[in-house]
Amino acid sequence: MSNILANVAVPSTRAKAAMQYKWGISEASFRKFLYFAGLSLVVLLVAIFFSLMIASFPALRQFGFSFLVGKTWDPVRGEFGALAFLVGTLMSSFLALIIAMVFSLPVSIFLGEYFRHGNTSTFMKSVIELLAGIPSVIYGFWGLFLLVPLVRDLETKLGIAPQGVGIFTSSLVLAVMIIPYASSIGTEVISLVPSDLKEAAFSLGATQFEVIRKVVLPYAYSGIFAGILLALGRALGETMAVTMVIGNSNFLPKNIFSPGNTMASIIANEFTEATGSLYLASLIELALVLFVVTTVINILGKLIIRKMGRGR
Amino acid sequence: MGKIETSVRRRIWADKLFKTLIIVLSLSSIVPMFLILFLITKNGISVINWDFLCQIPKPVGETGGGISNALFGTFWLIVLSFIFSVPLGIFAGIFLCEYRGGKLAYLTRLSIEILQGIPSIVIGIIAYVWVVMPMGSFSALSGGVALGIMMLPVIVMATEETLKLVPDSLREASLALGVPYSRTILKVILPAGLSGILSGILLGIARVAGETAPLLFTAFGNPFMNQNILKPINSLPLTIFNYATSPYPEWHTLAWGASFVLISFVLGLNLITKLVTKKWKVQF
Repeated sequence: MSNILANVAVPSTRAKAAMQYKWGISEASFRKFLYFAGLSLVVLLVAIFFSLMIASFPALRQFGFSFLVGKTWDPVRGEFGALAFLVGTLMSSFLALIIAMVFSLPVSIFLGEYFRHGNTSTFMKSVIELLAGIPSVIYGFWGLFLLVPLVRDLETKLGIAPQGVGIFTSSLVLAVMIIPYASSIGTEVISLVPSDLKEAAFSLGATQFEVIRKVVLPYAYSGIFAGILLALGRALGETMAVTMVIGNSNFLPKNIFSPGNTMASIIANEFTEATGSLYLASLIELALVLFVVTTVINILGKLIIRKMGRGR
Repeated sequence: MGKIETSVRRRIWADKLFKTLIIVLSLSSIVPMFLILFLITKNGISVINWDFLCQIPKPVGETGGGISNALFGTFWLIVLSFIFSVPLGIFAGIFLCEYRGGKLAYLTRLSIEILQGIPSIVIGIIAYVWVVMPMGSFSALSGGVALGIMMLPVIVMATEETLKLVPDSLREASLALGVPYSRTILKVILPAGLSGILSGILLGIARVAGETAPLLFTAFGNPFMNQNILKPINSLPLTIFNYATSPYPEWHTLAWGASFVLISFVLGLNLITKLVTKKWKVQF
């Protein structure tokens, strides 16, 4: 009896071998394989970081911190300072963020409060989803042929040199591109607001506007902020649409209408032409900066959202 | 009494005004979507014909020419990125679902979230450093690596989310019948969540099909038909970028046509994904 039980609990070597033959791989190695798959993603991320570090090492050693505050970007003389691109990136992204916020917050309230269900909501949600799915090169193309002439007209009216391309134009395109991200997270957090809170306010005689202003928005504030932060992460790293409409100038932008370059667009423009290891390393260092900044922003945004979900 | 009435009236008025404002702003935020679709359809649809889809580009000055090399290149890039990302992504998704509470699972999930947020141009540089530099030339292979890295997070997340929905009773039933753990996963759990995984793969393809930035210095583009994955290859978004930023009006026309093809493909994939999710929802 005990002999049989022992056989059931622990298969003999022969049974194991038969099983292995039949199923292809042994159980232990299957588990190891799964573990390996999970581990390889962590390794991938770490490898990306260190590869960027190593590849940009010549620039890191040569310029150190002054890389980020240097004003001249002169490949011919081998002088690389990224300040113009940092400023260009920050200007275009924040301007885009402000424009996007004017529209994404109403969309979040529209979908999270006024039209939570029904055809209107489904229609709106699908359109926003489609907007998120359009490739960035098409946004750039559209911006180049529709927005650039419009901005040129505007600049003529304002009495500025009518170039059409520039930081302002790229902010407009970026704003359209990040509205879906900011508004979908906003919608989610606004619909998370507990209904008993809202009902309490309604029963005291508050109008829907007052409920939204005094109950919903304060409650969802941090989540909306996180959505904006994640949208900022998108805007900072966006390449193609920006490259096509920003005007590609390597000088410090004077105002929001002047042409410029962002960190991503300078890489896109000059990487294939980069001659010399220092030039290449400088461009890769820009990528490293982008990587670190977007990673920090992403982690912060996700942490805020997670905290909010737990506090519920 | 009159005072209260005016205040109530004012509040109701403010409420209505706010609602109108919200509706107007929301509707105006989807206007660009229609502008884009309208402009591309208007300019693009007249370009589409059999020759456009089947010929390779002609030099400047000659009329005609098509995008067959770009279509072919996009197809190969998708196949390559599929090979690099789907198997690994599915197993990583299984891992995340099976070892939910573990430390490595936490790290893996964090890595996935970070990977998803990395700008696509940075991924392009990585593929350049890892593949193009050692091999000494731009290649379709390096483009596939770049797109594969971009596709990976989408697939892992879709797999994990779907497998989480598969009830434990299914797994327990299988294990109780004496089916080994690995077979339970591969033959019971995975098929049960197939539709979710499939829609994840489709979404991933839709995401990478429109990517240009990671291909600029990996796949690089190629005006000719190329069937060697170690050589530069063209892709649809690269074609659009090159033609749209060129000074020649004939090329702009081609770019509109290519945009129409690309946007139909991407939005069509999104639509199919929706249908797949709706039709074969994981439900027990």
